[in-house]
Amino acid sequence: MTDIKTGPANPSRRTAIKTLAGAGAAAASLPLWARYTHAQTAEPIRIGFQMHATGIGSAYGRWYDRTTQAAARLINEAGGINGRPVEIITEDDGTDPKRGAEVVEKFANQHKCDIAYGTLFSHVVIGSAPRAGELKLPYFVVSEGHHVASGMLNRWTVQPGITDVKSQVKSMAPFVAENLGKKVTMIFPDYAFGHDHRDFFSEAIAEQGGEVIAKLAIPPSETSFTKYFAKIPRETEVIYHVMVGPAVLTFVKEMGEFFGPSRPQIFGFIDSLEAVDLASPGLEFLEGTYFWEGMPRYAQPDQTEFDKHYREAIGIDENGASVNDPKDVSTYAHMFGCWETLYVIKAGMEAAGYAGPQDRQKLIEAVEAMTEWPESNEHPQGPKLFNGKTHQVFGPQYISVVENSRLKVVQTAAMETGFYPDEVDYTTQSF
Amino acid sequence: MDFGPHLLLAAIEGAVTAAVLALMAAGLSLVFGVMRVVNVAHGEFYMLGAVLAWVVASTLGAHPALGFVAALAIAPLIVGAVAAAADMTVLKRLDYDPERTIVATIGLLYILQQLTLMGYGPEARPVAPPFNQRLALPWVEWGDGGVQLYWPWGLSVTTYKLFVIGAAGAVLAGLWALMTRTRIGLVMRATQLDGEMALAFGIPVERVYAGVFGLGAALAALAGVLIVPIQQAHYLMGGDALLLSFIVVIIGGLGSLAGTVIAAILIGMSDGIISVFFSPTLAKIIATLLVAFVLVFRPQGLMGKPPR
Amino acid sequence: MSARVFALHGGLIAVLLALHFLLPVYHHGNFARVMVLACYAIGYNVLFGYTGLLSLGHAMFFAAGMYGMGLPLHYLGIGAELAFLAGLASAALLALVVGLLALRTVGVAFMIVTLMFSEAVYLTILLAGRWTRGDEGLVLARPERVFLGLDLSNPDIRYLVALGLFALCLVGTLWLVRQPSGRVLIAIRENEERAQLLGYDIFRHKLAAVVISGTISGAAGAAYGLMFGYVGASFAEVQYSIFPLLWVLLGGAGTIIGPFFGVLFMFYLIDLSSGLTSAYMLIAGVALVLLTLFAPQGLAGELRRRWVRWLP
Repeated sequence: MTDIKTGPANPSRRTAIKTLAGAGAAAASLPLWARYTHAQTAEPIRIGFQMHATGIGSAYGRWYDRTTQAAARLINEAGGINGRPVEIITEDDGTDPKRGAEVVEKFANQHKCDIAYGTLFSHVVIGSAPRAGELKLPYFVVSEGHHVASGMLNRWTVQPGITDVKSQVKSMAPFVAENLGKKVTMIFPDYAFGHDHRDFFSEAIAEQGGEVIAKLAIPPSETSFTKYFAKIPRETEVIYHVMVGPAVLTFVKEMGEFFGPSRPQIFGFIDSLEAVDLASPGLEFLEGTYFWEGMPRYAQPDQTEFDKHYREAIGIDENGASVNDPKDVSTYAHMFGCWETLYVIKAGMEAAGYAGPQDRQKLIEAVEAMTEWPESNEHPQGPKLFNGKTHQVFGPQYISVVENSRLKVVQTAAMETGFYPDEVDYTTQSF
Repeated sequence: MDFGPHLLLAAIEGAVTAAVLALMAAGLSLVFGVMRVVNVAHGEFYMLGAVLAWVVASTLGAHPALGFVAALAIAPLIVGAVAAAADMTVLKRLDYDPERTIVATIGLLYILQQLTLMGYGPEARPVAPPFNQRLALPWVEWGDGGVQLYWPWGLSVTTYKLFVIGAAGAVLAGLWALMTRTRIGLVMRATQLDGEMALAFGIPVERVYAGVFGLGAALAALAGVLIVPIQQAHYLMGGDALLLSFIVVIIGGLGSLAGTVIAAILIGMSDGIISVFFSPTLAKIIATLLVAFVLVFRPQGLMGKPPR
Repeated sequence: MSARVFALHGGLIAVLLALHFLLPVYHHGNFARVMVLACYAIGYNVLFGYTGLLSLGHAMFFAAGMYGMGLPLHYLGIGAELAFLAGLASAALLALVVGLLALRTVGVAFMIVTLMFSEAVYLTILLAGRWTRGDEGLVLARPERVFLGLDLSNPDIRYLVALGLFALCLVGTLWLVRQPSGRVLIAIRENEERAQLLGYDIFRHKLAAVVISGTISGAAGAAYGLMFGYVGASFAEVQYSIFPLLWVLLGGAGTIIGPFFGVLFMFYLIDLSSGLTSAYMLIAGVALVLLTLFAPQGLAGELRRRWVRWLP
């Protein structure tokens, strides 16, 4: 089973596991056609979708769900995976790590899901991943956190659909230093996600000859921000901001009111305004400020066929809002990760000849063996490079400027600018 | 920013927080004082006020000022009616038992949150303020030629924030007049002192309770409407607001309107002013411990009477 | 201890042991969780149900146990056994300090003071983000989670260890409330002035109750972290102070078995209704309102009121 010494386990269970492993080996040794016919007569492939339907992640959760359903529909229309339809089993985790771990158990043991997938908030990922590892359940997260690549999780946890924050931040530093200024004040939430921004960007901007002159960590659940802006040093050339949660709009609005007509350059992560209409009252001052975008929310003049296809499938207009309600703005910079992850799962299952839970380990190994995915309908955000050792994908990043309350891409940072040395090799760990 | 302007800025921000907090806490204090129950769903009435403000303003779609004024009138009425209905169908049947009321209002909290999530969605939505002029503020310094005025970077306030402070003051003054100068207030105070005695004197205590619960909720909703042009409506916004106003009520001393207002100013201001001296999270810790120690050394609150 | 009291509580433990062999795998895992959380509720009940002190800050004790265990285990590698003791010690120490200060107050002031201390603990965890990793928290690796030779990542062992801890807490509190000093606690709940007139040192008894309650809550926190391999700041948030109050009120305050049924009921209320509809919070809310209307003493309390008057 594992290389960890275990105490006296229940003998009947141990035998059961052995039998199961034997059956898995037997299934794997069957000829391909036998597996295929078996697969065709089998049940749908069940993907457990851990959704932030309630709690602070719910604005993201809703769009993660819409993206997931659209991609699953397309996959099924194109014949499913290995000839089997895909079924998405959704469970709400309340954006809470405790419930998240319970939901992973529910997927594995109650719903008999093949894999778990779709978590965004880092603390939910980190709270759930140990259980996924113990249950030997492949766990595909769409979180942009650095937790996977930092090595703190396990071999069963993979992030193949969205670039992690370390890489995102690193590839922004050259643009900030060259175009906006060298003296940066950072404003970020005072928890791990914000600390990642603080540490990685401080390091990256120093490499570019710049300097972070002040770091303002905002406590969680804060609702008024002006009092903190007063701590911004006068010599600041660039404000770097990233906020999450329901108070983001207040944050950006109060920043505008604070500076009035004499603002420094402002560079922010779109997380500060994800799911928020840029034409909202109070955001006029953002004109001419810059944003990181995971994927351009507004359709650009050089929009690819793939982006068009992707928007159409989910039902998003050229402004990144729902076609049914232009006020319903999507979390466009993150949710592509769900789409791309589902296609990676499909590719991985096909490469592994996945037939059922006994092939879970082969699925992980197949995904680890993958490297490149070109820009395509399956990967509309851009070309991707997957690092099987760190279980982390890399892709291009977009830098946009606000013009007439729309975001216009001014630079695309190639994925190479976000590379950093491996911090872990999961392939050497046991299953 | 220099120390002086920074302190002024923090004080102004603190005053806005204090104004909204005072309104909301006054509602909680009223319910607490008269009915002796902790209404855990009070924060949700505040949230409902904000959400309804968005609904009213976006349905009318007219000039921001018109939508806002309509919301100011409609939202507290609806929320007050919802609360009074909850009182008559649930709380009354619990005989206002303190512990059972806590569980029941937690249930009410879940219901209101989930209904809002289903009907309104998980987004934070803004309402345009009726007016919002940025006013840069001057500061004095000793220059070469004596006292000089200058305009420090970032030192400013908006007209809407000033309006919130004024409006909250006016509503609280009205509430005070209601409690001390009218027959309704007399009835409420009589019920607060001794419910059974009030009943014996022919006061319809049940209706008073429903009215008080509705009025308390309406005050929270009003605070929600006032804050929404600054902070946006979100279905989870009630939690922190509830905690803060709960603290304000206890620090102020049970059932004392004056104490509640003083405590709201103290807590609203201290949060801002402590943040001048410390890093933000450390400032929060210190402000939190300060509240605890006020109560440790003055358990009856600032304006409460010591127990006999 | 009377025979029927012994039979009832021994019976519950025996049933839970039997369920170990009978439960389907998913519910087997859930029950392990429920038993650990029931220890938390039992700890809360000592203070609330038996002594009559309503705390809104018990998450700080749960978190003190969890971090007191997790940080030394993760950074110093002291082994799960010592780390568990460190968790207990942290919770006990915190409870002592909080008790000394907060017990100067009563009623709602006590609620606020505990709430504030708990909030300060939560913010401190975030402030010490370099070590605690703030809200993200820490993963405890499987080799670290071996307690007295038992691998707690194994579901069977986890269930039995959870049962052992639960049985210990259950029997321990049963013993406590039947002690003379435990009866003083109940006397304080019923009429503090009379207890004082009878010559009991109220403050010392209350302080002991806070420390015992905090330590049991801390044990639950430490066990939870060890068993499920995760230590995170969300467990110190205010909602984790509300939960034990809710569980105890639902199960029956001032009953020994009540907390367990409160946790079990609440867990399955959420779990089952979330399977039926995405609006499960609505169902949970309605259920809470109905329960307070029709079972005001909580589940076990109602049992005691109607049928089983001897229930401790």
